[in-house]
Amino acid sequence: MIAPAIELVDVHKSFGAMKIIHGVSLAVPAGERHAIIGPNGAGKSTLFNLISGRFTPSLGTVRLNGENVTGLPPYQINRRGLSRSFQVTNIFPRLSVWENVRCAVLWSLGYKYSFWRGIDGLADVRKRTESILDEIKLLDRRRVQAGVLTYAEQRALEIGITIAGNAGIILLDEPSAGMSTAETEGAVALIRKVSQGRTLIMIEHDMGVVFDLADRISVLVYGQIIASDIPAKIKQDAAVQTAYLGTAA
Amino acid sequence: MLELVTISALNGVLYGMLLFLMASGLTLIFSMMGVLNFAHASFYMLGAFFGFQISQLVGFWPAFVIAPVLVGGIGALVERYGLRHVHRHGPVAELLFTFGLAFIIEEVVQMVWGKGPADYRVPPSLDFTAFTAFSTNYPAYKMFELCTAIAIFAVLLLLLARTRVGLIIQASLTHPHMVAMLGHNVPRVFMLVFGVGTGLAAVAGVIAGPALVTQSNMAASLGPILFVVVVVGGLGSLSGAFLASLLIGLVQTFAVSINLSVADVLGGIGIPPPTGGILSDVWNVTVAQLAPIIPYLLLVLILILRPTGLLGTREH
Amino acid sequence: MSDIATDIVKVPAHADVRPPRTAALARLAAPWIALAVVFALLPLIFRSGSSLTMLSLMGIMIVFALSYNMLLGETGLLSFGHAVYYGLGGFLAVHFMNTVIYDRLPVPLFLIPIVGAFSGLVFGIIFGSVSTRRAGTAFAMISLGLGELVASSSLILRSFFGGEEGVSTNRTKLLHVFGLNFGPQIQVYYLIAAWCLVCMVAMYALRRTPFGRICNAVRENPERAQFVGYNPQAVRFIAFALAGLFAGIAGALAAINFELVNSSAVGAAQSGIVLLAAYIGGVGAFIGPVIGAIVVTWLEVMLSDITDVWQLYFGLLFIGVVMFAPNGIAGLLTMHVPLLQARTYRPLGRLALSYLIALMPALAMLAGVIAVIEMTYHRSVKASDGATISLFHLTLDTTSVTPWLAAIVLAAGGFLVFRRTWPIVGAAWHDAVLAAQAAEKRR
Repeated sequence: MIAPAIELVDVHKSFGAMKIIHGVSLAVPAGERHAIIGPNGAGKSTLFNLISGRFTPSLGTVRLNGENVTGLPPYQINRRGLSRSFQVTNIFPRLSVWENVRCAVLWSLGYKYSFWRGIDGLADVRKRTESILDEIKLLDRRRVQAGVLTYAEQRALEIGITIAGNAGIILLDEPSAGMSTAETEGAVALIRKVSQGRTLIMIEHDMGVVFDLADRISVLVYGQIIASDIPAKIKQDAAVQTAYLGTAA
Repeated sequence: MLELVTISALNGVLYGMLLFLMASGLTLIFSMMGVLNFAHASFYMLGAFFGFQISQLVGFWPAFVIAPVLVGGIGALVERYGLRHVHRHGPVAELLFTFGLAFIIEEVVQMVWGKGPADYRVPPSLDFTAFTAFSTNYPAYKMFELCTAIAIFAVLLLLLARTRVGLIIQASLTHPHMVAMLGHNVPRVFMLVFGVGTGLAAVAGVIAGPALVTQSNMAASLGPILFVVVVVGGLGSLSGAFLASLLIGLVQTFAVSINLSVADVLGGIGIPPPTGGILSDVWNVTVAQLAPIIPYLLLVLILILRPTGLLGTREH
Repeated sequence: MSDIATDIVKVPAHADVRPPRTAALARLAAPWIALAVVFALLPLIFRSGSSLTMLSLMGIMIVFALSYNMLLGETGLLSFGHAVYYGLGGFLAVHFMNTVIYDRLPVPLFLIPIVGAFSGLVFGIIFGSVSTRRAGTAFAMISLGLGELVASSSLILRSFFGGEEGVSTNRTKLLHVFGLNFGPQIQVYYLIAAWCLVCMVAMYALRRTPFGRICNAVRENPERAQFVGYNPQAVRFIAFALAGLFAGIAGALAAINFELVNSSAVGAAQSGIVLLAAYIGGVGAFIGPVIGAIVVTWLEVMLSDITDVWQLYFGLLFIGVVMFAPNGIAGLLTMHVPLLQARTYRPLGRLALSYLIALMPALAMLAGVIAVIEMTYHRSVKASDGATISLFHLTLDTTSVTPWLAAIVLAAGGFLVFRRTWPIVGAAWHDAVLAAQAAEKRR
């Protein structure tokens, strides 16, 4: 019995008197594409923050591939094979596009804090950075400072930084936010490609994207999961329709 | 012994109050505008020198009122025409601007008043003994300093908690954008807070000047201690600054009167001191000699045990 | 297959097409070899004793300022106490030199900076373990506190710090190699220049390592750096220790140069000077602190001969840079690089002209301000020397109203006219940028 990629066991999170997450339990098996949907303010991003180590749960356990990672700082969780993107673009603004992605590949290739090797001579770093930039279609913009990219380009870079480390588990927070239909199609194709053979957990509001990509969907409302099932069943679920989807089937 | 403890306690509380008079303005400015005013101790020094100069002309009591207002006015202008302009270049530039300002103020003071101490004296109306504790005469001027500090805090607390302006300031402390959206002139509030904050530092200077030495190196010697106070108390926490001010004020004052050294303690139980070298220096140093560096030792301790400060919250 | 040929033309050097190793190595080493030649030839141009001393001071400050920029420019750490590692490097160096002299150890002088490096590294590790627990403003204040701690300790630990007089040594008493006793300043200059070159190469190379790149990432967005696997605190700690190492070398070089180290070497003023030098030069480019070190050293030596209030002018220059040119001299220069590359000479000429036009009233304003400052200084501190001062080859009577009025008019008037010229410069700049962009498109 292989441990699930991500397992949340009765996780609670409060900020002072405000309780955001009310006992969430979730198990995402390895290789699954899982979407988390729900109304605004439900706590989806908070859940991501709890999984990725940005916040520590007030109660409950978070497991990564069976290992208890509750309370570990983000860099420890990332080193164990989990990578996440941000809803509000979180890149390195004054570094070039090339640098942004290159910094994201370094740890996973084992270079850690090495200050005794010249980076320009590292062929594996160069190749991996090139291939990531090629995938997100920013290869010819590689010299541009990340802060002056267009919004869509920055979103693409955001995903690029997330997948650069070759993590086995990828968390994407509203990857298609603010994108046009054409851009969304491109994003979906990219996400489908990079999540091949990996575990993907995605927060999304665009139902087209969700039903297109997800193997399973969980619905989060007021900090609780009210349903967690395959897309077809979720569409028909009465509670979900009331809370989020609306009754037009 | 009891006499020593009482007098030291009084002096320590007084010193702590003076520190807090400055640290409170500093914390208010930091919480509100996100910039640590490196020149804060310089405004304290300006208060002392302005107080001295004005009291030469019209006497201590008018100086007591005019000097802080003048210095606060300068502070407001600095915010309006200097800090506000630098804001767009980021937090490092803001801190460096105040650093440069501190540098310039010290040079100007040195240029105008020279490098020696100014003859800033306790006014005759306060130059008597308040009471005699055991065999020491406790000067009335020190009681005056204490009472002034406490009175100012009371007024501040009332202002912040009970007036409209105070409420706006409290709100701007955590949600400046929201306050601006509500139609309040946030930049003007910033200017006001900076002016009041520096004015508070100036008051400390006006009243401390006669008791301590009024000299162009005042800011350079008190400045680092002031910043240690806010870091130890927790950046952005007013109550933390209060706690830290009292702590450092008391500990430093008590330390000055203790003439023990490691040599005394260990020599008392028969261990002889080492001869020469660093070890000998450490062995023979008295607690009184350590007094100037005690705030910094406290800083290191806090950093090891509780990096965010006594009452500090998350990383700013 | 055939269409790939056109694509390859656009792909720059660091893609799959790689030049032969020797050519690449040569291109890399060329600027450093050129610099070495410049360092070697400088004393032939500036021959006097005072020039050699100034060059030596510049060499020391270059190493110190570059080490400082490892913290500020590369990792985003603003330190007000960097002189601690400089000064302690110096102290350890003099003590080691005295031990070598006393015990007649076979250690030549040019190896002494290694002691400085060791000292800087060890103290960087010790103090860094505590300092780097916080970042940002807190880190800056902690660095200030630690600096004060060490500077104040100098009065307590008298045997190490030598009390008020400091610790002195004699650099000619170490082992003589190749007949060099390092008595003459020219020999000391070459020692400093050699070490300066080595340190410059090392610090430049450090930027081109994985660690160096991650320092930039931590500076830009420490949170995101966590989410790509890096512990920002560890990165800062290592940067701090390495910056301390190079500061220690600078301190040891200073110890060799002056044959004396006292507690001012670890003090707030010394920390302030290196901050000024790095920032005025520009923290965003490698060459920035180098420029800053040269400029600040030159100003320090030149100005202190002319006027007693040179530190005030320093402060004003610093504030000017912070407010109007936050990227420093290097930033101002690199701003013009794209314009120069476009080779649009007419707009560039007009730009240069607009600079000249703005310079006139600016100089007038400056003259007025300097006059006010110098006269105020004279009246308040030096009144006993008489009423007149000599300024800009003019004799001014500070007791009469005329020079004061003239100075104020010059300052205020100069400022008003200067303000009028800003739109002219702005327009010229705008035209130059547009011309450059158009030229780029045509290319």
